[in-house]
Amino acid sequence: MSLYLFQILNGVGLGMIYFLISVGLTIIFGLLNFVNFAHGAFYLIGSYLCFTIVSLTGNFWLALAIAPLIVAALAFLTERTLIKRAYHLPHTYHILITLGIALIIQELTISIWGPIGKSVSVPDALQGVFQMGHFYYPKYRLFVIIFAAVIAFALWLLLERTRFGALVRAGSEDTETVSLLGTHIHKLFSITFALGVGLAGLAGVLAAPIRGVHPFVGVEVLGIAFVVVVIGGMGSFTGALVGGLIVGLVQSLMTTIWPQGSSLMIYGAMAFVILLRPYGLFGRG
Amino acid sequence: MKLELNNVHSYYGKSHVLEGLSLEVGSGELVTLLGRNGAGKTTTLRSIMGIVKPKQGSIRFNDVELVGKETFEIARYGIALVPEHRGIFSLLSVEENLAIAVRTGSRWDIGDVYEMFPRLYERRKNGGNELSGGEQQMLAMARALVNKPELLLLDEPTEGLAPVIVDEIVRILERIREAGVSVLLVEQNLAVCERLADRHYVLEQGNIVYSGTGEDFRQQESIKDRYLAV
Repeated sequence: MSLYLFQILNGVGLGMIYFLISVGLTIIFGLLNFVNFAHGAFYLIGSYLCFTIVSLTGNFWLALAIAPLIVAALAFLTERTLIKRAYHLPHTYHILITLGIALIIQELTISIWGPIGKSVSVPDALQGVFQMGHFYYPKYRLFVIIFAAVIAFALWLLLERTRFGALVRAGSEDTETVSLLGTHIHKLFSITFALGVGLAGLAGVLAAPIRGVHPFVGVEVLGIAFVVVVIGGMGSFTGALVGGLIVGLVQSLMTTIWPQGSSLMIYGAMAFVILLRPYGLFGRG
Repeated sequence: MKLELNNVHSYYGKSHVLEGLSLEVGSGELVTLLGRNGAGKTTTLRSIMGIVKPKQGSIRFNDVELVGKETFEIARYGIALVPEHRGIFSLLSVEENLAIAVRTGSRWDIGDVYEMFPRLYERRKNGGNELSGGEQQMLAMARALVNKPELLLLDEPTEGLAPVIVDEIVRILERIREAGVSVLLVEQNLAVCERLADRHYVLEQGNIVYSGTGEDFRQQESIKDRYLAV
């Protein structure tokens, strides 16, 4: 029994990381109608920045605070210089451009940090296990769940309770009317892109002590983020949360039940959802 | 406040919609733009807002050239468009629809527009998708008013609405005019136009074919028959 509880908690933790990656992808798609295939590559930058900051200073908290901001700043620059030129083009061009960016980032990562993966140690304060009765669980993983939940709540407040959030939601319906109301739509796009990609960077930092860092993880992460968004529904915050948790739980429970099929079953879950609801669980048609 | 369009040419793809259109709206005036479907009325409004980019000609607002400016910049100069489809955000509540449009210094704040449209106050927590057509029109107009307009562009505000709602919209238009805000009104309902307007323009195939004062227009039965009869 406690093995399953362990795997469920693992699944929730993994799911929250998947949520952080996917929510950015889905917000960006919703507002900008832009497909970002470089999303996983920015996650990669986040995790390598975490590795470097922890190796240099030994301070994970510094990495957690700074790395996502650096990733967001890089995303802002990329949007201003390259991506904004492609909004008016069909989606195939978005894929071409961002796939190019993703490859550049991946190769740069290899030339800076080398092709072999590295590990990041868990911060001292979160070493060891949390004990409740006969049940033990690693403190750091518990921290990831709680911290990601706090971020998710803050993000929900930002999107649902602020003027900025209302503009993002309005823009995902009709950008023309948003500009008719005098909103600097390009600025809104840049900030939203930086925010969404910064969240992927944050996910990269949080995952680094658990899964290590590896130059080819970007592709894998991108694939999972798309699965989450397809399950949850394009453009939906709730969809990214529920979809992330579903994928995390399926993956984690399947490693106990049928280890060889754990990755396969993610896509199985996706196919199942598409059959029942083609626009995803929380998608709008 | 002064809006001047001079020899404006606008296209949708290859079709030449505005063929050298010129018109002007002065301070505090309520001017209508009449004409059949496809004459170019909506395109005129969209060209003013920079949604359609004119290929030739000039559009000046308070002596600032608008052609080449972005839509949000034009809105910030003080021109608010209430589009025919109304553009209500269905995922946002009535209150949020208003809140994202508020600009400081407008003579109307959210409280004022709730007083003008009590129905919107009752429905302030409702989502935009829960409103009737009339309520959507009221919200679209209220949203334009909190956006600090000097000039209001209205595209068929009474289209498809019940007569009592039309009366309410007309009363609001009278209040807007009393407040000194200029209005350029595209409208099919001639009774509404004649009741409100200082001047009229009639548009046919992308060009002005008649312009005159409200008084003059009342006697122009042949113009009405030729260009406006359905």
